[in-house]
Amino acid sequence: MGTRNFLWNSAKKFFTIGLIGLTVSDRYFSIVPVRGYSMSPTFNPQISSYTGSLTDDRVLVEKFCLEKYKFSCGDVVVFCSPSNHREMHIKRITALPGDWISTPHSYDAIVVPKGHCWVEGDNSVFSLDSRSFGPIPLGLVHGRVTHIVWPPQRVGKVDKRIPQEHLPF
Amino acid sequence: MSRLFQFVRQWKPIIKEGFSQSFLIAKFLCLLHVTNTHVCTPVLVYGPSMLPTLNLTGDVVLVEHLSQKFGKVGPGDVVVVRSPENPRKTVTKRIVAVEGESVTFLVEPALSDRSHTVVVPRGHVWIQGDNIYSSRDSRQFGPVPYGLILGKAFWRVWPPDAFGSLSQE
Repeated sequence: MGTRNFLWNSAKKFFTIGLIGLTVSDRYFSIVPVRGYSMSPTFNPQISSYTGSLTDDRVLVEKFCLEKYKFSCGDVVVFCSPSNHREMHIKRITALPGDWISTPHSYDAIVVPKGHCWVEGDNSVFSLDSRSFGPIPLGLVHGRVTHIVWPPQRVGKVDKRIPQEHLPF
Repeated sequence: MSRLFQFVRQWKPIIKEGFSQSFLIAKFLCLLHVTNTHVCTPVLVYGPSMLPTLNLTGDVVLVEHLSQKFGKVGPGDVVVVRSPENPRKTVTKRIVAVEGESVTFLVEPALSDRSHTVVVPRGHVWIQGDNIYSSRDSRQFGPVPYGLILGKAFWRVWPPDAFGSLSQE
């Protein structure tokens, strides 16, 4: 009798904590691990042979930007992949709607359509980004990365900068 | 000093009650958020693009999110989608084709018989309004990534004389 009560109370507590956690992570902040090296040296700067998840960087993602979808050039964002909706990627926005961007494989320049953005990884060699799948709709963005929270020696704000060679014209 | 203690002792139960009621309200709001975002939510849809299925002046439909999460949304479903042209807007259309399928559509149905065929790329869907004469959909902005789909509309709640399931056509 006492154990059933205890179990029921624990279940209620877990359910409440789950609800609150889910709401906060949807609307305000969440912490996500960064896998892969497409954003070196900003995230995961050392390519380690031990591919354990303990060594991955963890970053703070804020969801307040999803109110107005107002992003600036140089923001690092988390977005749903356009070719596989179950995957999420982290890249930097290098061009906003209306900007011109030069495609790497031809001499054309394309304009980023309305409601879309151009994302690129800081580490061009390893990065699968808009140079392969084109501009992505801003609706796919699920949050903006503001700080690194793990590992402790690199805790700090994430800069909003664009590498020189990525400047759109 | 003893006045302070007396004051605290008088107000302590009321403050405790206040906190517990606020916590209850916060828990309820979290439950509301989680249900609306991850399970089912009512949505007001209006506009001429889904005539005759949905009315011009506005219908309230129930949109469920579980099918989208499990990838079970397919051709013939009426879906609510975040617009690729403006992430702050949501549009309601019907899925006509999914990835890998080829779509043949009239480019300008009111003006000419010219038709165009497109193969839907991986991870995307082709959405069209039921009223092709007055709908801004994939024929204008192209295939839409699956990640932009918010949910499937399955039941109409308002107006009361049209209460019922949104049947497949």
